[in-house]
Amino acid sequence: MKQIHLAAHFPGVNNTTVWSDPESGSQIDFASFQRLAETAERGTFDFFFLAEGLRLREVKGKFHDLDVVGRPESLTVLSALAAVTTHLGLAATVNSTFNEPYELAKRLATLDHLSGGRAAWNVVTSWDAFTGENFRRGGYLDKADRYVRAQESLRIVRKLWDSWTEDDLVLAQAAGVFAREGAGAFADEGAHFTIHGRFGLPPSPQGRPVVIQAGDSDQGREFAASSADVIFSRHGTFEAGQTFYKDVKSRLARYGRSEASLKIMPAVTVVVADTDAEADEKARHIREQQVSGPTAIVLAELLWGRDLSSYDPDGPLPAEDPVVGSSVTQGRVGYNDPAPIVAEWRAQAEAHGWSLRETVINQQNRQTFIGSPETVAAAVNRHVQEDAADGFVLVPHLTPGGLDDFVDRVVPFLRERGVFRSEYSGTTLRSHLGLNT
Amino acid sequence: MSKRLITAIEIDGAGGHPAAWRGVEVDPAAILTGELALRAVQRAEAAGIDIATFADALEAPADDPERVSVRLDALGLAARIAPSTKSIGLLPTITVTHTEPFHVQASVATLDYVSQGRGGWIAEVSSSAEAAAVIGRREPAPAADTWREARYVVDVSRRLWDSWEDDAIIRDAATGRFVDRDRIHYVDYESPNFSIKGPSIVPRPPQGHPITAVLVNTPEALEAAADAELVLLPGIAELGDRVAAVRAAAERSSGASPRVLVSVSVLLDDDAAAAARRAEGVPAAGADGAAPGGPSVGGDFDFVGGVERLAELISDWAEAGVDGVHLRPASLEVDVPVIAERLIPLLRAKKLVGPAVDRATTLRNRLGLRRPDNRYAVGSER
Repeated sequence: MKQIHLAAHFPGVNNTTVWSDPESGSQIDFASFQRLAETAERGTFDFFFLAEGLRLREVKGKFHDLDVVGRPESLTVLSALAAVTTHLGLAATVNSTFNEPYELAKRLATLDHLSGGRAAWNVVTSWDAFTGENFRRGGYLDKADRYVRAQESLRIVRKLWDSWTEDDLVLAQAAGVFAREGAGAFADEGAHFTIHGRFGLPPSPQGRPVVIQAGDSDQGREFAASSADVIFSRHGTFEAGQTFYKDVKSRLARYGRSEASLKIMPAVTVVVADTDAEADEKARHIREQQVSGPTAIVLAELLWGRDLSSYDPDGPLPAEDPVVGSSVTQGRVGYNDPAPIVAEWRAQAEAHGWSLRETVINQQNRQTFIGSPETVAAAVNRHVQEDAADGFVLVPHLTPGGLDDFVDRVVPFLRERGVFRSEYSGTTLRSHLGLNT
Repeated sequence: MSKRLITAIEIDGAGGHPAAWRGVEVDPAAILTGELALRAVQRAEAAGIDIATFADALEAPADDPERVSVRLDALGLAARIAPSTKSIGLLPTITVTHTEPFHVQASVATLDYVSQGRGGWIAEVSSSAEAAAVIGRREPAPAADTWREARYVVDVSRRLWDSWEDDAIIRDAATGRFVDRDRIHYVDYESPNFSIKGPSIVPRPPQGHPITAVLVNTPEALEAAADAELVLLPGIAELGDRVAAVRAAAERSSGASPRVLVSVSVLLDDDAAAAARRAEGVPAAGADGAAPGGPSVGGDFDFVGGVERLAELISDWAEAGVDGVHLRPASLEVDVPVIAERLIPLLRAKKLVGPAVDRATTLRNRLGLRRPDNRYAVGSER
């Protein structure tokens, strides 16, 4: 039987995160990060995952104020978490467009050294001028070039991680030789980077920190198949998961890679209660918390690409057709092809007599796994055994206690089934994920 | 009563002596795990030292087989140490020349969060060809240009730290708003080197503004001292004149009065002959008593000698007008314990330093600096 891999996603800056609940804590204090990381480590999770922000989201030219906003810089938080955890992997989302390979290599290798081999880099790209306004170069990159730069960036980062041989660090105190002369020398010239010098860190415990990728386009999947260790996918449902899994795994042979060398871990949400019926009720309540009237309008604006502020969220769906590529919403990923989704929303709304808000709640925010601990454990296991996933990145709706139920109630069932570890067998993230070093 | 001095200690590899890593008491592998640094900072904190600084540069240390030629990212190391300490200030060196100001300010703000208000940075520049080549974005620039740019980076960092008002997060369930968007601000910063729209991605950090330090090791750095809360002034020659020059430059430029710390490399041993041998880098005998081998690599120090003499000198430096002392120990494993267990108690007995702080506190509180007002806050209008 396949072993399941699990990761904990710190709640993000969108409406999945419920801040109005009395149990909702700070999204910025270190204590919240420590608490969630400790919960994940208690649950013997593979890793802890942090997203990245480079510009506050805007709706119609104003800061989006309905969702949680403001977060710390991920590598600094993870370096601090290395002090309060012992085995948990520490995954940082860091943009390859607005960072340079040498700095990335140095900061990630430092995290790997400090954590004893637990670092991971989620390589993301951006290209828009909106984000670029916070950086020296502005929005300099064409959308088409973003993976070219990302791929080249990753290649060079790995070259720097590989720039010392295992024998270069000598540490012979009596003889007075710390390292071999010339260790870490590098030079590279590509379309985006021309750099040379010496890399000042020997191989870290993992050699190469784990690389995560989340791209969903054909180009993104190819990038992942060629270069990533883990895919953080959006395809959490069973059928979509199987289709994605098959597609990506079939690309690996072209790069001489085994299917086991790339782990597919969709982002999912989970609601657990004593019985399936209670879980359904709880899930419905959470969705209502996640989608207030104003939030329903904002989410519809993201789909429609139009200003819908004159609509009543408790009234019918907007009559207009959606617009592609508008700037009504800035700083979050929009829809490339909204028309079929709008058509589906309309059909469902009509069939059930739903308002706009009810449609958003039912069409967009349904949690992936809902049920009693046994039900959820069985579903999670089925997805993995039947190749809809190799595991999951769990996205809780509450900070910092949102994974307590899963860890305390679902994980024991997974362990009982023999599909999830009861204790860590290794010390590095590569070891947890079953990846070659 | 004489004034109380600020005390700080430098963390760099195994210490400032090029052969420090060879000491029999040192596990050189612990440089890379961060354990050597952690132990030194915890010793310093227990003794009541106010600040730990962390050396760094964009380029790797010199490619010299006999010296420590590796270095962890200082910001990452400081963040790793933050949860394992509770009262000491943590100032990593961060190069602003080839890096992104937006990332730098977000990282320093985050260090302030993970340390619960003990964060800061030493803003450093780079004119070296090596640093320019590893980043590959632009040619090296002369020191005057890099320091001019650094002042813009410090300025925009403080603006970005202010871009969220302290009470921007309102969690107002009645209106469904998590933040009050009127209390979050663009900075719309323009400088000859870069522009930044803002606001920061990180809410205003615990200290408002984490502590900014500048190492004045070149004439070009002098003007930037005006922008710092802490100035590190290396070397002891003509100290009084140089302290006066820093104060005059700060006064001229901004009317500010930074705390000025003399930064001295020290090797401590009461036995003069033993101290001299260590300074010359004569290798010690191995743990098995075997004869020492390998080359000797000497170090160059501002002070070599016993703690009583150093305490007298520190008293003289205080007379010369410094606000504190930044000690750069020859060996973290050998000299930090001597500083912590003997020098600091001696300075305390002389009333040159205050009692050890044994509770959580912000670095600003420790330094007697008030939390700055937010330049964007409208306050009375609400």
